[in-house]
Amino acid sequence: MKIVVLVKQVPDSGAERNLRSDDSTVDRDSANNVINEMDEYAIEEALKLREAHGGEVTILTMGPERAAESIRKALSMGPDKAVHVLDDALHGSCALATSKVLAAALKTLEPDLVIAGAESTDARGQVLPHMLAERLGAAALTGARKLTVDGATLTIERQTEEGYEVVTASTPAVVSVWDTINEPRYPSFKGIMEAKKKPVQTLSLGDLGIDAGEVGFGGASTAVVEHARRPPRQGGTRVNDDGEGGVKLVEFLVSEKFV
Amino acid sequence: MLNEEQEALRQTVAEFAHEVVAPVIAEHYEKHTFPYDIIRQMSKMGLFGLPFPEQYGGMGGDYFALCVAIEELARVDSSVAITLEAAVSLGAMPIYRFGTEEQKATWLPQLVTGEALAAFGLTEPGFGSDAGGAQTRAVLDKASNEWVINGSKAFITNSGTDVTVVVAVAAVTGETDGRKEISIILVPSGTPGFHVQPGYSKVGWCASDTHELTFDDVRVPAANLLGNRGRGFAQFLQTLDEGRIAIAALATGLAQGCVDESLRYAKQRHAFGQPIGNFQAIQFKIADMEVRTHTARLAWHDAAARLVRGADFKRQAAIAKLHASEIAVTNAREATQIHGGYGFMNEFPVARFWRDSKILEIGEGTSEVQRMVIARDLGL
Repeated sequence: MKIVVLVKQVPDSGAERNLRSDDSTVDRDSANNVINEMDEYAIEEALKLREAHGGEVTILTMGPERAAESIRKALSMGPDKAVHVLDDALHGSCALATSKVLAAALKTLEPDLVIAGAESTDARGQVLPHMLAERLGAAALTGARKLTVDGATLTIERQTEEGYEVVTASTPAVVSVWDTINEPRYPSFKGIMEAKKKPVQTLSLGDLGIDAGEVGFGGASTAVVEHARRPPRQGGTRVNDDGEGGVKLVEFLVSEKFV
Repeated sequence: MLNEEQEALRQTVAEFAHEVVAPVIAEHYEKHTFPYDIIRQMSKMGLFGLPFPEQYGGMGGDYFALCVAIEELARVDSSVAITLEAAVSLGAMPIYRFGTEEQKATWLPQLVTGEALAAFGLTEPGFGSDAGGAQTRAVLDKASNEWVINGSKAFITNSGTDVTVVVAVAAVTGETDGRKEISIILVPSGTPGFHVQPGYSKVGWCASDTHELTFDDVRVPAANLLGNRGRGFAQFLQTLDEGRIAIAALATGLAQGCVDESLRYAKQRHAFGQPIGNFQAIQFKIADMEVRTHTARLAWHDAAARLVRGADFKRQAAIAKLHASEIAVTNAREATQIHGGYGFMNEFPVARFWRDSKILEIGEGTSEVQRMVIARDLGL
């Protein structure tokens, strides 16, 4: 089975993150840039499938030059090779344009299965897997907390706020996964050493036959009009127990969907 | 400076230490339980195979890489770091260095993956660095071609876990010209007469496994001799020389952990209306802690680099071990001081660091023995 895993480099969600004041894109210079956390679960799932069914795992990343660090780290977990779509004209691309570029790159790889994190910790749009499935004419199995493969049949448990749905489709398919699906491995030293030797192919927009005008700020279908820092955290809600305290607590938990 | 792969390894182990070790280690420490789950995950990462060739299931790295991993673990917790250190440099390494092909084939695959642990039985209740004091004896019974071992060993790390499979025991196997002949013999766990005593109540390293071992007419095949008969003393000296670099790395990690925790605390703790990190009294303490840590790291880096390229490293290993262990104790004391009353509470990592630091000046050669080694190497 040919599996492609989408990996995005994002600013570490555990540290301070900023948008640039000049063009409102993510400020990568001031950030600690890491693999999007959910993508590590996607990599792990792909590696488990390769261990069980054989095949090949390819990492696909669109990002600036420094994203190569994340590609190398992803490879150290065990994938076979990587493709890095790298072009200065991509800066400022919207989700729709990103999906156009990734779909074009995926077509050159002809995967049976594309696995992605369900969302990235920077944009949190959750739209890319759907867009890619649409562009590729592949099934969209999104938000998986479990994935089983039986020949060409894929079945996921799709995580919802109330529980889960069982969704089945045939390959080719795009599966997006949540962090409930597995426990990603840590790279071994052997994996780190081997990652250095694994092939990383770099593709430009020209290689993919995409005009620079279709991507970047010029080709964007959306724009950031303004941005502001998150307001400081508000004080919590205090429940005084006047006989109804228990009920109020449960009501709160229900309203937040904890129970 | 670490190279690219060493840095990648360092970051991976650092992530592991923060995500997997840090959240649960305090409870293991408090309850004196061995963290099997952490050790299993370290095994899956290949940490136990770092310095061994792939032929035995190792990672194909070197002793330097092992020390990088040990330092990063110790930055968060010393019990897991010493478990790795003892398993590799005291447990598997002597078998790799001195074992026959058959011994290597029997023991190394399981030790190198970390599925099983080996221990090194040198110290005795009445003997440490003074080889002449060894009391444990092994006599070759020619009729059955077996070693018969009697005696006891003290403070043996990794000797009594559920996954411990073998202990290399240093024993007196004869006497030449009034000098004791010492050999090392492999004793598998569970051999009749080999008893693992209950774990010690220790001041520190509370989540690591340490026991006294007793041997009552323990019989093992003559083929269990590790290396050459009578070479036991030279073999364990070589083992200890290498181990000192690993202990220096461990001590450096503890010292760095003291810097990490103190920095964090100095920024968040307020006194007299401002963070205590604004006060020069605290700034200078932390600056000095950083200086000590940095120099200790340089010392072990030098000793490990020498070892890896096949140069003499005995003196440098002793210097690194002596310096790193002493500055670890100092940093732990200072970090505790910066934390005030909280530093005296076991739930704070610096309290663990403080308790874990003292043994570093004692284990694998006391500070006094390191000074002896250095002075001798200088020709005194």
